[in-house]
Amino acid sequence: MPTFVYMTRCDGCGHCVDICPSDIMHIDTTYRRAYNIEPNMCWECYSCVKACPQNAIDVRGYADFAPLGHSVRVLREEAKATISWRLKFRDGREKNFVSPIRTTPWGSIKGPAEYDAPRPDDFASQELAHEPEALNIKGGLPALRPGQLKPGVV
Amino acid sequence: MFTSNPFAGLSASIPPAAMQTYVVIMIVLVAAGTLFDIVHKGSARYFFDNWRKSKSKGVKQIGGGEWVSLAIKTGLVDVLASGEFCSAHRRVAHLLTMYGFLIYVVTTAIMVFGYPTGATATPAILPLAWWLGGLMICLGGYWFWFFIRADVAAEGNSPLRIMRADLFILSLLGSATLGLIWAYLQARGSSAANVLFGVYIIATTVLFGSVPWSKFAHMFFKPAAAFEKRVTTANGSRSNLPAPADKPERFGSDREQPRHY
Repeated sequence: MPTFVYMTRCDGCGHCVDICPSDIMHIDTTYRRAYNIEPNMCWECYSCVKACPQNAIDVRGYADFAPLGHSVRVLREEAKATISWRLKFRDGREKNFVSPIRTTPWGSIKGPAEYDAPRPDDFASQELAHEPEALNIKGGLPALRPGQLKPGVV
Repeated sequence: MFTSNPFAGLSASIPPAAMQTYVVIMIVLVAAGTLFDIVHKGSARYFFDNWRKSKSKGVKQIGGGEWVSLAIKTGLVDVLASGEFCSAHRRVAHLLTMYGFLIYVVTTAIMVFGYPTGATATPAILPLAWWLGGLMICLGGYWFWFFIRADVAAEGNSPLRIMRADLFILSLLGSATLGLIWAYLQARGSSAANVLFGVYIIATTVLFGSVPWSKFAHMFFKPAAAFEKRVTTANGSRSNLPAPADKPERFGSDREQPRHY
């Protein structure tokens, strides 16, 4: 469902232009409001919908599989760290959801540069960077040992 | 210079009646341009359609007292304090330009109609306010133009790239800047003052005459849209937006400003 902008709500601040990973949110040259220049290229990531401080961006399904008349709207509240969704169906039914933006405190996740540099042997290992510690699994990675395999199945 | 009426100085070469006629023509152009804009873009029809839709979807009746309270809040917060802006920089720049423009226009009209010649002494506060208004427009306007404009800040374009959306801000800045330079040159007795006055009048005519093509009329539309937004929140339809989350705060933060180019 690509995004579109309510021109009367948009104040042309550029947050959506800044965040769009597909670079398709642009500023209109006549009215200086944001608009989606190419809905076909929309990743439907909803980044602009959530980032818009004016709640001016909405999503619209393609008419061939989502009948017109529905509504999907998002409210992002940074102070509460919540994203609320309100889905309205064409027949009037309504569904409301609230999700946390994140479940860990801000700044609690280390960046890649904050870890030790990998040793040369690490590149030959089957494990990815910082595994198994980063997976928080006690007792090592679960793996099948030869004794656990059933003979003759394959 | 700051306390002398520039229009009284001008009355030696241009009759006051001509100046007053020009101001009246500009007022008529703004009114006619706004009406044309409303009809041409269908903004009034869109507004009232939206209004009816939100009224039919509303889950709460709004009482008489609440209507008044909503109107007062819209006037005080959204109109007088530019409360709808999310960025503090944009809000300050808008307040400077808005109040600068109001002061500049009102003092111009008072000086042109009340003190058009040197025969009646102009109270020093009027030219002083006129200068202050013009400088406020320049401060807020150039700040917006060079640093805040989304095309420059978010899209990384050159501040000198011009398009139709710039018609209002450019003609406003042109009018204020050229007006101040003209008043300065006239106070100094420079012969270039006449030339500057000519371009000042061109920029001002473009500002007030281009209403159907520029965003000049936003000063009338925006308050109506802000009022409608408050009404939809009050009647529970909230433009289909979800209600604020009732979950406890958890790991929240302030909104981060985008890191532009």
